[in-house]
Amino acid sequence: MTVSKTPRYYPAEDIKPAKKTHLVKQNPPRLRKSITPGTVLIILAGRFRGKRVVFLKALESGLLLVSGPFKINGVPLRRVNQAYVIATSTTVDVSGVNVKHIDDVYFGRSKDPSKAEGEDVFFEGDAPKAAIVSDERKEDQKKVDEVLLKAVAAVPMLEGYLAAHFTLTSNDKPHLMKF
Amino acid sequence: MPFSRYMEVGRIVLINFGPDKGKLACVIDIVDQNKCLIDAPPGQGIVRQVISFGRVALTDLTVKIQRNARQKTLEKAYADAGTLEKWEASSWAKKLASRSKRANLNDFGRFKVMVAKKQKAQIIATKLAA
Repeated sequence: MTVSKTPRYYPAEDIKPAKKTHLVKQNPPRLRKSITPGTVLIILAGRFRGKRVVFLKALESGLLLVSGPFKINGVPLRRVNQAYVIATSTTVDVSGVNVKHIDDVYFGRSKDPSKAEGEDVFFEGDAPKAAIVSDERKEDQKKVDEVLLKAVAAVPMLEGYLAAHFTLTSNDKPHLMKF
Repeated sequence: MPFSRYMEVGRIVLINFGPDKGKLACVIDIVDQNKCLIDAPPGQGIVRQVISFGRVALTDLTVKIQRNARQKTLEKAYADAGTLEKWEASSWAKKLASRSKRANLNDFGRFKVMVAKKQKAQIIATKLAA
């Protein structure tokens, strides 16, 4: 008959060993097969709802980088969520566009040091502040749109198409429409 | 008012229902009051089968064949009668084609149609005003 001896030493407190944390694997965000660089997308929600824009690239966060082009429909270089977008089968040639330097950090909120804390926070909602567009953004927009506008001009009626809004009218059946 | 299109051997029919919907076939034999045997020349993608009258629409076209003609004979009969060309030239076929074209338009296509309709309306309006 074996008897297990109690160990000579045991700690005063019962400290459980740390469990191995379950590391959640972060996969790169999935992009719909219908969305490829150059695809014309229809934005369904947000400030630019109904506008048709050109898709440039997918960012690491999973958001889509799009550009109007700005001259055609007023949509700047912007991020858009895949879920609020219809991908059409029309594509624009964006091989000449360089957006390698644009990522999620580019769109990050800049810390505004002039904002005073405390009482001013309560008065924020009174007057809408005009958006200050940085020169960097204007430069990038110009460079990207230069190439884009040429590609758009190469296809007949595409400029008018991108300038027009997407709307549903009577007799339109979205579940039967092919985009 | 007498009937002009009869269910007979050699009648060209348009299949309206089922996996072969939209295809042209030829009636080879009549089974009974409700069913017939159909077939088509090799290129059409139809297997020889019994089909109900309700699934099929009679066209104006016929071909001269004997009962239970083989596919090869059918092919020759179609070529002699010029069936496929006659069908494509018919307004029925043209209507079906335009309907499917409209249904398969993508968003850009629909935009172009909208612009074209506006231009046409403008031309008509200026002519009327003059």
